[in-house]
Amino acid sequence: MQLNAADYLIFDEESGTYIENPEQVVRDDVEKHHWLNVLKTVLKDWRLYLMLVPMLLVFLLWRYFPMYELLGCFKVTDDVKPVAEQFYSGFSYFKQLLVGTGTLTTEFWRAFRNTFLLSFYGLCFGFPMPIIIALFFNEIRSNILRSTYQVMTYLPKFMSTVVMTSLVMMLVKQGSLTSGTGILSQLLVQLGAISEETAYAGLMNDPSFFRAIYQISGIWEGAGYDSIVFFAAIIAISPTSYEAAQIDGAGKMSQMRYVVLPCILSTIVIMLITRIGSLLNIGYEKVLLLYNPNTYVTADVVSTFANRYGIAGTMKGLASAAEMMNNVIGMLLVIGANTISRKASDVSLY
Amino acid sequence: MKRKLEISELIFKIISYTLLTIFAVCCLYPFLYAISASISGRHAVEYNELILFPKDIQFDAFSRMFNDNMFWNAYTNTLFITFYGTIWALFTSIFGAYALSKKRLLFRKGFNFFLVFTMWFSAGLVPQYLNYLDTKRVFNAVGIMDDKWLVVIAMGMAAMNIILLRNSFEGVPSEIEEAAIVDGATEMQVLWRVYIPMSKSIIATVALFFGISRWNGYFWARQMISNSNEHPLQVFIRLKLEQYTDPEQMAAWNEVYASDSMIYALIVCSIVPILIIYPFIQKYFAKGVNVGGVKE
Repeated sequence: MQLNAADYLIFDEESGTYIENPEQVVRDDVEKHHWLNVLKTVLKDWRLYLMLVPMLLVFLLWRYFPMYELLGCFKVTDDVKPVAEQFYSGFSYFKQLLVGTGTLTTEFWRAFRNTFLLSFYGLCFGFPMPIIIALFFNEIRSNILRSTYQVMTYLPKFMSTVVMTSLVMMLVKQGSLTSGTGILSQLLVQLGAISEETAYAGLMNDPSFFRAIYQISGIWEGAGYDSIVFFAAIIAISPTSYEAAQIDGAGKMSQMRYVVLPCILSTIVIMLITRIGSLLNIGYEKVLLLYNPNTYVTADVVSTFANRYGIAGTMKGLASAAEMMNNVIGMLLVIGANTISRKASDVSLY
Repeated sequence: MKRKLEISELIFKIISYTLLTIFAVCCLYPFLYAISASISGRHAVEYNELILFPKDIQFDAFSRMFNDNMFWNAYTNTLFITFYGTIWALFTSIFGAYALSKKRLLFRKGFNFFLVFTMWFSAGLVPQYLNYLDTKRVFNAVGIMDDKWLVVIAMGMAAMNIILLRNSFEGVPSEIEEAAIVDGATEMQVLWRVYIPMSKSIIATVALFFGISRWNGYFWARQMISNSNEHPLQVFIRLKLEQYTDPEQMAAWNEVYASDSMIYALIVCSIVPILIIYPFIQKYFAKGVNVGGVKE
């Protein structure tokens, strides 16, 4: 082992001197005497390690044990036997889902496509909205008026998914013998956007409206609140930058292009990475609460597919396999987006 | 001297004001409508005769709900889950984050990865469901029959929140800690007297995130809590919605208020407490968003 002074001393900027690197000291201890010293270090510092225990236990029991349970999707039958005693058959469930010929295969591919499309539309329509709103907020000079608007637009974020979906369903509910349609449907009919029959049958029962309802309710719920982070980036821009641009003769659009945009670009990139990373990690709860058998064609996502067949139904292995494929691709997307962004712009999330 | 507004700026300002006003009104309107509809008469609600202000005011929907024991039960259950759930999550997160923030911790990188990996990959609904079922069996075997405890203890941990806390703890200057140790403080005292007071606002933010997610929790509570007496508010609202929008059940509805009013009344009741504390917690929410970046 070659000793290197630079490993042991790190420059402390505050005091302006070199101090001992605590990490290297510990590393050294461990390297010299192997596990016995690991044990000694842990025992010497047992309070610190004890503090770690509850958190590790929670994550181990309820985050990592389910991953062990995933082995279930490599076995043959959905028996009640524990996973460890099963006979493993390889990739039969995956084969059945990906290249099978039954309705399950069609449904899985439909769910996968819907998952991707719902997220992708969210990226196209939902993502720019908070940025635009933040730009608008920046235009309002009166503090009182701006706070009022902020309070009003953040408000929907504080509802639970259940309450939000309940409200949406009530606003576009179907008509019946005793009552009319929801108020929003009626408004749309009067504006001529939809026909009276469609409104009467209920927008929630019409597959062609599901995606629009999903995106619009998403914007309603989150756009105001998500604008906080962009607004914070915009007000951090020094007023002198604007003045300099104005002296150079920049109009409003050029100021946007050459002052505001470069300043908030790193924030946008970070948010975009998060968005792309969770492209296949769609909020299943909202879909589950909004969809019904009439709208499976456009609404069914992989999680709800798994819920239907694995939790409500009995095909546990198959459902886990479906979701596992989804989640593995999702993970690759997170890591990929992060790596690309780190290489391209020095901004990364992890 | 005030510079004259250029024409492009003026246009942009007008557009901003108009669109923001429209958006803000759209955000607020459904709530106002819900409040009005919950106290309007049956005919007015069923045939959309009210636009904004209530018509034929009645409070029967509210009084029926307040007389329903199940409603109060659900409310108590939600408060129970929110309170104990937040405390449990904070307890584990603060200790864990404190340990992780220490450079002298062995395998620190490994532990960090252990956390962050759960943000990248989750096993999925079905394995989690089976896992919770097993946990429930164990809990019942040791005598915890109340499924609320399962929801409190097993659910709702978030790696993101722990990382927020860890980053904040890492920002505490080491000189202050050293001073405390020289004065004879133990590890616990350092955490309690130095770290927690110095990260108060982040802890408040994280507590808020945990609290909100507990208050809003629906799916697993519905799956795991078998006794309907123990259902939290969100599950209660959803079950009522399913019941009251079922045309067959509602054909025999015979009250002075519409069945929709019941649902609106429930919705109003579930957001009122949040509206009351909203002004106090709003700044923490904004803060949480801004520190949301994850390092390492």
